[in-house]
Amino acid sequence: MTDDTTTPVADVPTSHDVADSGTEASPEIDITAALGAEGHAGFVVDDLFEAFDTLFEAETSEGDQELTVIDDTEAIELLIEQGAVLRVPEDSAGEAVLDPGLDDARFGDGETMIINLGPQHPSTHGVLRVMLELQGETVLRSKPVIGYLHTGMEKTAEELTYVQGATNVTRMDYLSPLNNELAWALAVEKLLGVEMPPRATWIRMLMSELNRISSHVMWAATNGMDLASTSMMIFGFREREMVLAFFEKTTGLRMNHNYIRPGGVAADLPDGWEDDVAAIIDTISGRLEEYDQLITGQPIFRARTEGVGIISAELALAMSATGPILRAAGVPWDLRKSMPYLAYEEVDFDVIVGTVGDTFDRYAVRMNEIRESIRIVRQVLEKMPPGDYRVQDKKITPPPRARIDESMEALIHHFKLYTRGFEPPEGEVYSAIESPRGELGCYIVSNGSNKPYRMHWRGPSFVNLQSVPALLRNSLLADTIAILSSVDPVLGEVDR
Amino acid sequence: MSVADSRTDLVSSGIDALQGVPVVVERGDEILFPDRSRWVATVTAFKQAGFVSCSDLCAVDYLSYPTRALPDGVTGERFEVVAQLLSHELRRHVRLRVQVPASDAVLPTLFYVYPGTENMEREAYDLFGITFTGHPDMTRILMPQDWEGHPLRKDYGVGRVPVQFKDAPGPR
Repeated sequence: MTDDTTTPVADVPTSHDVADSGTEASPEIDITAALGAEGHAGFVVDDLFEAFDTLFEAETSEGDQELTVIDDTEAIELLIEQGAVLRVPEDSAGEAVLDPGLDDARFGDGETMIINLGPQHPSTHGVLRVMLELQGETVLRSKPVIGYLHTGMEKTAEELTYVQGATNVTRMDYLSPLNNELAWALAVEKLLGVEMPPRATWIRMLMSELNRISSHVMWAATNGMDLASTSMMIFGFREREMVLAFFEKTTGLRMNHNYIRPGGVAADLPDGWEDDVAAIIDTISGRLEEYDQLITGQPIFRARTEGVGIISAELALAMSATGPILRAAGVPWDLRKSMPYLAYEEVDFDVIVGTVGDTFDRYAVRMNEIRESIRIVRQVLEKMPPGDYRVQDKKITPPPRARIDESMEALIHHFKLYTRGFEPPEGEVYSAIESPRGELGCYIVSNGSNKPYRMHWRGPSFVNLQSVPALLRNSLLADTIAILSSVDPVLGEVDR
Repeated sequence: MSVADSRTDLVSSGIDALQGVPVVVERGDEILFPDRSRWVATVTAFKQAGFVSCSDLCAVDYLSYPTRALPDGVTGERFEVVAQLLSHELRRHVRLRVQVPASDAVLPTLFYVYPGTENMEREAYDLFGITFTGHPDMTRILMPQDWEGHPLRKDYGVGRVPVQFKDAPGPR
């Protein structure tokens, strides 16, 4: 590896080479011509490979997604990767030259190597691929390469009605599907201008908070696994299972519920839901104490997380980071408190902030957010108002099943709603909620038809991933796993 | 309804550098329509006024919806780039919409004002083909780098797989 360090040690084609030659190659290449005069008669495998290489080169002119080796990287690019954009004013940025005293200039002696972490790696929480430039065991630069799970869900949303849209968005962040549905429903309702009945709002708040608990214990589980605490993994999954069982009882499904819909929720809470929810939060409060005994004070865990992957509040804000990353850096910003939606103004809870902004702070913020969510759920248990669980507007929500057998009008409404859906007025809205991972925004452009003209999803994981190079810089390779885990990316939402 | 929704006062009216930029209030949101030449200047003015974070940036292709409502003085172009800026102090978002013509789908980058727009601008480039000049890494982000076309454009066809029913006559 050390004798040829200019070549990235990657298991994929070194695409910076491909891209370089691709700009010169003609886009139209005849495969038979590339195979040579013998054509099909003198079939040589090497020739075929060459022909395919030429073909792919021709198409690859869009540029390079990957991390380039340090010798090929321009000084200004290196400075930007080191966060210089926060210090260098725009006017002088173009004239910046690489200071020989900088770390990267010192390391640019051919002793670094670029390796891939992922996309097939258990600690990347899906299909995240991070290219790391290493000097020995120290990470100098890194670049997340994403898109392996891209399925064009924003394009799909343009083909689905507003009623169907919830089934699309719920699949994005698969660890907090109810929060996705909530963001969608709030955006569509803002477009429609309808007001929710109180019970619908409080049911949404209950489900959203339970989902936050399940998402955070799931994070604790995977974080435990990444740090080689397999007991934590089992515990986290066990607690999540309790919440999912309640979700299944209420919504019919463990994930991808399509429960929170524009106009309210799909069904009222099941009989005896108070007991189920009380059992869940009582158990999880007790289990949190066990987590503290197992993990929080444990010397190995603390050694692996304290002081690792520090991000400053200033940098986190500039990188648009939200959620536990931002709060761990000491910024008390939680949309539930700062720009309240649903009925968060009427419940009492605290915004948890860290002080250092390291991996341990992000752990502590999440663990304490579970406690705060439990506090909210307890208040919801006491204050759940009676009444309707959805708006009684037959253009938006379907009539009860029994009415369809009795009333022709109900049948028509039902049919119209599920075949064509409703048509919100023209306009555009942006609506944001606090998902377990940060600000989850939904931007919809309506042209007055029954389908959104454009739907854009502001996924917190997607945006938070930008902080990864800053977090990983100058950390050890072994800490990379702990840091990546602390960002809590859900790749379904990153790639959409 | 959030707190910001009930507000009627405008942030932009108090900022000198933003005078003359068309502004509308729709559903409680303050929306500004800066000209492309004033794009970075407008955003910078907001940053100096305390909007320290850019929550979101995305593009919209208005190819098949040119009749959208726009304030006086704004000529609708095919593309729009939409940014949501966030002020933690004022606890509110403002939205900026800039028109980008199809013939010259280029916009100066916001990277040097908000480094957090890096991924968002790459996404807009990838899915809409709008180039952000000055961006340090203007490459595809979600699609493979050898992909052709920009999928979220309205003239980019939606892929369909024909359904073959059992015992149905073949295509011939």
